[in-house]
Amino acid sequence: MRANTHFAFFDEGSKKEIRRATLKAVAIPGYQVPFASREMPIARGWGTGGLQLTLSLIGQSDVLKVIDQGADESVNAVSIKKLVQETTGVQLTDQTENADLIQSRHRIPEVPLTKDQILILQVPIPEPLRPVEASEYKTKRMHAEDDYSGAWLMLFEQIVKYGKTATYADHPVYVNGRYVMAPSPIPRFDNPKMHHSEALILLGAGREKKIYAVPPYTAVESLAFDDYPFAVESFNGQGCRLCGTGDVFLDELIDQETGKTVYQCNDTSYCMDQLNSKEKVGVTSSYA
Amino acid sequence: MGYVPVKGGTQAIDASIKRLTYERLKGQEILEIKTILSTMGSMVDQVMSESSLYSPELAALAIKQGEGSMEEAVFLMRAHRSTLPRHYYSETVEVETMLVERRISASFKDIPGGQLLGATYDYTHRLLDFGMMEENAEVNRKWLQDYRDSLSVIQSGQEVVYFPKVVDYLREEGLFETFEPDNAQPTDVTKQSLQFPTTRSARLQVMTRGQTGAVTSFGYASLRGYGEVHPTVGEVRVGKVPIYTAHPNKTDLDPEDQFYIGEIRITEVESFVPVTVKNTNNEDALEFEIGYGVCYGQNETKAIAMSILDQCLEHPNTEFPTHDEEFVLLHIDSVESTGFISHLKLPHYVTFQSKLDSIRQVKKEGTAVES
Repeated sequence: MRANTHFAFFDEGSKKEIRRATLKAVAIPGYQVPFASREMPIARGWGTGGLQLTLSLIGQSDVLKVIDQGADESVNAVSIKKLVQETTGVQLTDQTENADLIQSRHRIPEVPLTKDQILILQVPIPEPLRPVEASEYKTKRMHAEDDYSGAWLMLFEQIVKYGKTATYADHPVYVNGRYVMAPSPIPRFDNPKMHHSEALILLGAGREKKIYAVPPYTAVESLAFDDYPFAVESFNGQGCRLCGTGDVFLDELIDQETGKTVYQCNDTSYCMDQLNSKEKVGVTSSYA
Repeated sequence: MGYVPVKGGTQAIDASIKRLTYERLKGQEILEIKTILSTMGSMVDQVMSESSLYSPELAALAIKQGEGSMEEAVFLMRAHRSTLPRHYYSETVEVETMLVERRISASFKDIPGGQLLGATYDYTHRLLDFGMMEENAEVNRKWLQDYRDSLSVIQSGQEVVYFPKVVDYLREEGLFETFEPDNAQPTDVTKQSLQFPTTRSARLQVMTRGQTGAVTSFGYASLRGYGEVHPTVGEVRVGKVPIYTAHPNKTDLDPEDQFYIGEIRITEVESFVPVTVKNTNNEDALEFEIGYGVCYGQNETKAIAMSILDQCLEHPNTEFPTHDEEFVLLHIDSVESTGFISHLKLPHYVTFQSKLDSIRQVKKEGTAVES
């Protein structure tokens, strides 16, 4: 009854099926390719789509980075890393530039990605039209007919109601001028990073059984009107309290002693890099 | 002996029940109540929650008797509950005084007081542990000893500190409305039948005793698109809260005179849901509201799903089934739903005969028209 786990958990047949769906996704940018999503040893909705992509792609020589909400040490990132490493023995890294596979939940790293890297995003709700249409059968037809009036209307209604668009993370994007896509719940701040990305971006939704992709150098535009342009999150001109950087996505924290709001880099490995390089400059200058 | 001609039913039932006993005993193993209590904690919690009766021992007995069927165990407990008089109502439980075992927030990284993971399956990998096939009491004892030794070096704080509620921080900022506590006597759904439209206290009671799977499914449906509520979990906490009752003969409400009657372990959830509200200028504005979920024992999925449904039902919307209180509240009860579904196994000879007759008549007339 005992069973030993195969390299990267899956049997080779499963990996092949997932890779085949991935290739189709790359060939049709933004189109949601259905696939036979497997039950995984982590819970549905905790990154099983991303994990299935990672496991189907990873080889022994790959270096993997996993982030959750910008942090490499976040509980779910740690858990996923542990599982992949236990079944593959691959090298892990926190450094964005050293990784060739990056699985992420809700963030695109601050360091620009390169053509040698693949970014795998975990997606809870791949269907950008779900807020306007509950039925899967109907949304599929709307994509086929290039009918995105529902998505536009959603933005228009927000403008009528609140005087501006009020989308949160997961602001819908047009990919290659054809398919409207849910960019995974990355903050609006990260949407522009998808546009003409050098790295291949793969998106996996395990529970909803869909794989889709943004191939390198593909146009990705956030839905917006000319007179109500797309806007990213603002942090009131604040900078990170640790490294001082201002043009990155920041976390809002409560200082327990003073009760005041403070800001800090959300991408923890980026923040560490900034601090290290400052330290280095400090050291060299003092020696000089 | 035939079943259909009614005669012989008594003997058939006797034989069936004997056979049931045989099925439970034939393996010649005895499951002790204490084994269930110490190793089947989440099942015990679910049974207590769905049967609205806080008694781990009785829940364990019900699980044993029902051979692990949740449906049977809850049924047994609810039936037993009917035999118990209700002596008192407790004072309002102050959840702020919970002795917290686990407390997490999915909204903020650094919540005041910090995150406390406690015991959870969340970060385990669901790989079958083949080692459990031959567990060894000696090895387990050693593990326990080592674990306790490792704990003894940790110094505990001198005083008991209560964790602040995450929502209080956002209330200060005006992102949540502050409400006066509603101290009206809650509806008791076990003493009064549900009338629609119902009250929030009745809704919360029906949901907290709802079938775990059903509450989860409806909450999930709202998340997926058949509802309008998709919250961020502000805070999940698991721990024990003390229960007090007032002195039965005294009318003054001095808390000093209250009786401490024990504690219960609960899971409590506050979900944050963005909603549209009218501001002072009668314009639409965005604000957060709280979805609330609470249930006996540790059952976080159910409590979170309940918090979603609480918000759904606070905002009725005929477009979505999960926002319809009759649809949700009348279908999530374990005893009611499983009972009526299983009644289909009862003989329906008369009604079916009547249906058959109708269909035959219609078919006959149909052909007559055609010819």
